[in-house]
Amino acid sequence: MDYMLSDDLKAIRDICGEIAEKHIRPVRAALDEENRFPREIMDILARSDLFSIYIPEAYGGTGMGSLALCVATEELSRACGGVAVSYAANALGAMPILLFGSEDQKSKYLPPLAAGEKLCAFALTEPEAGSDAAGIKTRAVRDGDHYILNGTKQWITNGGEAQIYTVIAMSDPTRGARGASAFIVEEGTPGFSYGKKEDKMGIRASATRELVFEDCRVPAENLIAREGMGFMVAMKTLDNSRPGVAAQAVGIAQGALDEALAYASQRRQFGQRIDSFQGVQFMLADMATSIEAARALTYAVARMMDAGSPRFEKESAMAKVFASDVAMQVTTDAVQILGGYGYMKEYPVEKMMRDAKITQIYEGTNQIQRLVIAAALIRETAAGMR
Amino acid sequence: MKFVVAVKQVPDTAEVRIDHEKGTLIRDGVPSILNPFDTYALEEALRWRDSLGGTVTVITMGPPQAEAVLTEAISMGADEGILLTDRAFAGSDTRATSQAIAEAVRKVGAVDVVFCGKQAIDGDTAQTGPGVAASLDWPQVTFVGRVREMTEEHVICERYVENGVQVLDTRLPAVLTILKDANTPRVPSLRGKMKARTFKPVLWSAADLGLSPEETGLSGSPTRVVTTATPEARHGGEIHRGTPEELAVIMADLLLGKEARS
Amino acid sequence: MTGRLEIIREKCVGCGACLRSCPVDALSIVEKKAVVSDACNLCGMCIKSCPVDAIVLHHVTGGGAGLEGYSGIMVAVELRDGRPDRSTLELLGEARRLSGGARRVTALLICAEPGDIPSELTRYGADRVLAAVHPGLEHYLTEPFTAVLAAAIRADKPEIVLAAATTQGRDLMPRVAKTLETGLTADCTELRIDPDTNQLMQTRPAFGGNIMATIVCDRTRPQMSTVRPGVMKRLEPDDSRRVLVERLPVDDGMVAGRSTLLEFIPSVGNEIDLTESEVIVSGGRGMKGPENYGMLHELAELLGGSVGASRAAVDSGWIPYPRQVGQTGKTVQPRKYIAVGISGAVQHRVGMQSSDEIFAVNRDPDAPVFTFANHGFVGDLFEVIPALINEIKRRRG
Ligand SMILES: Cc1cc2nc3c(=O)[nH]c(=O)nc-3n(C[C@H](O)[C@H](O)[C@H](O)COP(=O)(O)OP(=O)(O)OC[C@H]3O[C@@H](n4cnc5c(N)ncnc54)[C@H](O)[C@@H]3O)c2cc1C
Ligand SMILES: Cc1cc2nc3c(=O)[nH]c(=O)nc-3n(C[C@H](O)[C@H](O)[C@H](O)COP(=O)(O)OP(=O)(O)OC[C@H]3O[C@@H](n4cnc5c(N)ncnc54)[C@H](O)[C@@H]3O)c2cc1C
Repeated sequence: MDYMLSDDLKAIRDICGEIAEKHIRPVRAALDEENRFPREIMDILARSDLFSIYIPEAYGGTGMGSLALCVATEELSRACGGVAVSYAANALGAMPILLFGSEDQKSKYLPPLAAGEKLCAFALTEPEAGSDAAGIKTRAVRDGDHYILNGTKQWITNGGEAQIYTVIAMSDPTRGARGASAFIVEEGTPGFSYGKKEDKMGIRASATRELVFEDCRVPAENLIAREGMGFMVAMKTLDNSRPGVAAQAVGIAQGALDEALAYASQRRQFGQRIDSFQGVQFMLADMATSIEAARALTYAVARMMDAGSPRFEKESAMAKVFASDVAMQVTTDAVQILGGYGYMKEYPVEKMMRDAKITQIYEGTNQIQRLVIAAALIRETAAGMR
Repeated sequence: MKFVVAVKQVPDTAEVRIDHEKGTLIRDGVPSILNPFDTYALEEALRWRDSLGGTVTVITMGPPQAEAVLTEAISMGADEGILLTDRAFAGSDTRATSQAIAEAVRKVGAVDVVFCGKQAIDGDTAQTGPGVAASLDWPQVTFVGRVREMTEEHVICERYVENGVQVLDTRLPAVLTILKDANTPRVPSLRGKMKARTFKPVLWSAADLGLSPEETGLSGSPTRVVTTATPEARHGGEIHRGTPEELAVIMADLLLGKEARS
Repeated sequence: MTGRLEIIREKCVGCGACLRSCPVDALSIVEKKAVVSDACNLCGMCIKSCPVDAIVLHHVTGGGAGLEGYSGIMVAVELRDGRPDRSTLELLGEARRLSGGARRVTALLICAEPGDIPSELTRYGADRVLAAVHPGLEHYLTEPFTAVLAAAIRADKPEIVLAAATTQGRDLMPRVAKTLETGLTADCTELRIDPDTNQLMQTRPAFGGNIMATIVCDRTRPQMSTVRPGVMKRLEPDDSRRVLVERLPVDDGMVAGRSTLLEFIPSVGNEIDLTESEVIVSGGRGMKGPENYGMLHELAELLGGSVGASRAAVDSGWIPYPRQVGQTGKTVQPRKYIAVGISGAVQHRVGMQSSDEIFAVNRDPDAPVFTFANHGFVGDLFEVIPALINEIKRRRG
């Protein structure tokens, strides 16, 4: 389908495609096998200005917006979901600063992110607080011109690799969800260290790590927005970043379809190419159709955001749910089309199937997304908007 | 410092098919690309510019559509592009080509290093770089696998030869021809692509370069192609089929010849 | 304009055959006749494509002045580790063949210390050795060697100058050719003197080996060529030939240059020289991975040969570049060449087609390699090669 992308967006797609071809496909199996963070690829993405696209020109970026980020993430994911999330998680990490940061915070932290000199991460989840984010236990206590942070964040993408972290902590536990605050914590801040590195099922090129705060002194000027705004910051951040997960899912699914099509045209059984069997053809047709639907929804939501729509939490959740379910289905079908070979590590589709799974889980599980969608529907109905 | 990279637009020879009867190329659908070897020359120039400061100017000689390779170089980060284009250049062999490029380098002025690819994948001669150096009377280092060090005064290169590596210290200005071992060319950047979209090359004709008609194109070219053919067909011999063991017996007979057969 | 491509409109039938042959897309059909645009670079590729001979390339003729007074063939000697390189001996053989006894073959020896090299050059075909000797000529360096070769050509006026298309020859010859403002044909695989015109017809692969172009240098002298190593045949050494050595004076100014050799790092000792091997077992894409090369090494060892590879295998990182055979690798001519899992693309073929006998093992009966192999074997290499190894071992007990 022709989405009539602008020349800039086509340029982004072409650059990502070239990087994927030359620098990601040749190493993706090794990165997966060795659980290795793709530092060199991040440098290549940086040199091609890809970290600039979600940051406004005023802060050293190219200000290309959400659709640009989706296009880039999709194209990278087509080659490797792990590399792609390592890239996209920067936008997630930077989002609190982009949306709520002060002028000083923006001019201090955004330019090195735009240049790709520094990486970024977003830290909300804790061992006992996943879907129920209000259950976080990390504490932030004001002490003069500092806040003292104590607690542990879990499963933080880019943990240990990023230099800048946006962290949600409880500044006033008595106020529940209204008692959280968001902070910028730099690597090297006394009392801030890294804990356990995870050994994951998929997206194994990405770093997923624990962040440990032990009497970590964060300057008060690193508070994002105001005290008590932490959840607001976190929820808006996720609303803005979810189309990125959708794009990741679309990319992974597309990569799997590419492999399935190529294989089906080569593999012969019963004296003919397997893509001549209607049973296989129907699967390929369904895969392609659902990918296109997922992409169309994702791009539509991203365009809506770029056009300045004030509210898109429902749409952004819809894109994430739909695209990630498509990715899981399509990658599973791709393995099926490759048969036994699909189950083997010699072919990339089993990795794609493992990589696809995470898109249904992180940045809010698909169950939670459905709750968000339903809540919005009910609210809209009650308000007479439907 | 001021760096120049000579780049050529070539048909993608990996895609070229041939008409065996006529011994000519089948050009249908074969894309024109930036000579792959020139991407290493360009990358090397960009790296040294990035570390020492200065500018990279790309120069190509070719028909108007050769502008495309300059645009590609701009998207990778080159600062300026010059297209040497003129009917008078048609039919240039490496002598005439080198002369035109050398004159362009003179006209650019104060150039420190000219980088060339090892060879162009169509003409395949690898003669243009040394020809440019001879025209300028500059030293040359060909088959450079690594540029170790560079200052305003000199460059230290590793020149890869059949039985080893020569490490050469060469005074600047000089012409270097770069091998693919030297680097991994960068992918274009977004800002580069944005710049490339509005890029217009500087156009120089033979007259702009002060070249007389006798020095350019066919008349300035001592060599000329008189015929082309496809590589001589060597006829296939017998084709054997059978079980691996049967094939192995036939092969062993042929390979071992006189050796005893048991 | 310095030349012109003419389409004879009366002859042109508008078939469009020329369009497809044009490497620069300069031809189109307008009102059923071919027309040529400014993009034409006068390469002449279209001429042969025309079924009705409607295309003519008008060359600038004239010139020809100063062609007289040139005679004989000069071979620029290349030394490796102090001895004439194999490629030089091949050139001497080729020069003798070209001369047909009628032209004097001069070997230009540029060195610091000639020793017995002149007699070796003579045994392999030189009628005369011109020795340029100076302590500053111990190693190859572009500028001193350029000065010496140019001086030798100016003094000796050879009709033809040959050097090997090695990294040395391909560095030196273009610089000398430009200095003398004469033509140079690169990397020739065939040389012939046209008996009618007395021109050297120089044939070379271009377009990645897809095309063989024959090139002349008919308006200037000398006619210069670099010649691909491994293609020409050296002569049987003849000890009876009389050694004739002349000196070419070299002054200090000639050996001055702007490059200095800081060091020479020889390639690691265990590196094989494929071009010296009598038997080569080469693996291609069909080998699937580096781990499978073991059996090729075993087979090569049994046959007293070496292991080579196609570009696909080298690019995949399965085997190092020095073992690559083909257009961008080495040209080899062993007695026996065994292509295993190699499709036989033209780029590979140009590097091995002068082998005495070519064997090919490939699963795909339509692989191009079978169109030029002497002995084709259709089968799975992972079965055939181990079976062959067993068979050889069995026969040898
Ligand atoms: C690889 C990876 C990377 C991650 N990166 C980050 C990161 O960078 N930053 C960060 O902050 N977090 C990150 N996370 C955490 C991620 O966002 C959480 O895992 C996710 O929000 C789900 O939380 P949980 O795993 O604790 O599951 P739980 O919340 O324990 O959920 C378990 C199951 O219960 C279901 N469930 C829970 N509540 C409900 C409900 N109300 N109704 C219906 N079903 C429900 C869920 O859908 C799920 O199926 C990452 C996780 C992973 C695995
Ligand atoms: C079939 C065929 C055979 C030929 N054989 C010969 C021959 O034997 N001798 C001969 O003198 N000519 C020959 N030519 C002509 C030759 O191809 C042209 O002169 C061409 O302009 C330069 O030579 P090349 O393509 O071999 O480039 P090379 O000399 O191999 O190129 C080396 C480097 O020089 C630079 N360069 C080359 N061309 C250009 C350009 N147009 N603009 C900018 N930079 C450039 C690039 O950096 C390139 O990587 C032949 C042409 C054809 C079609």
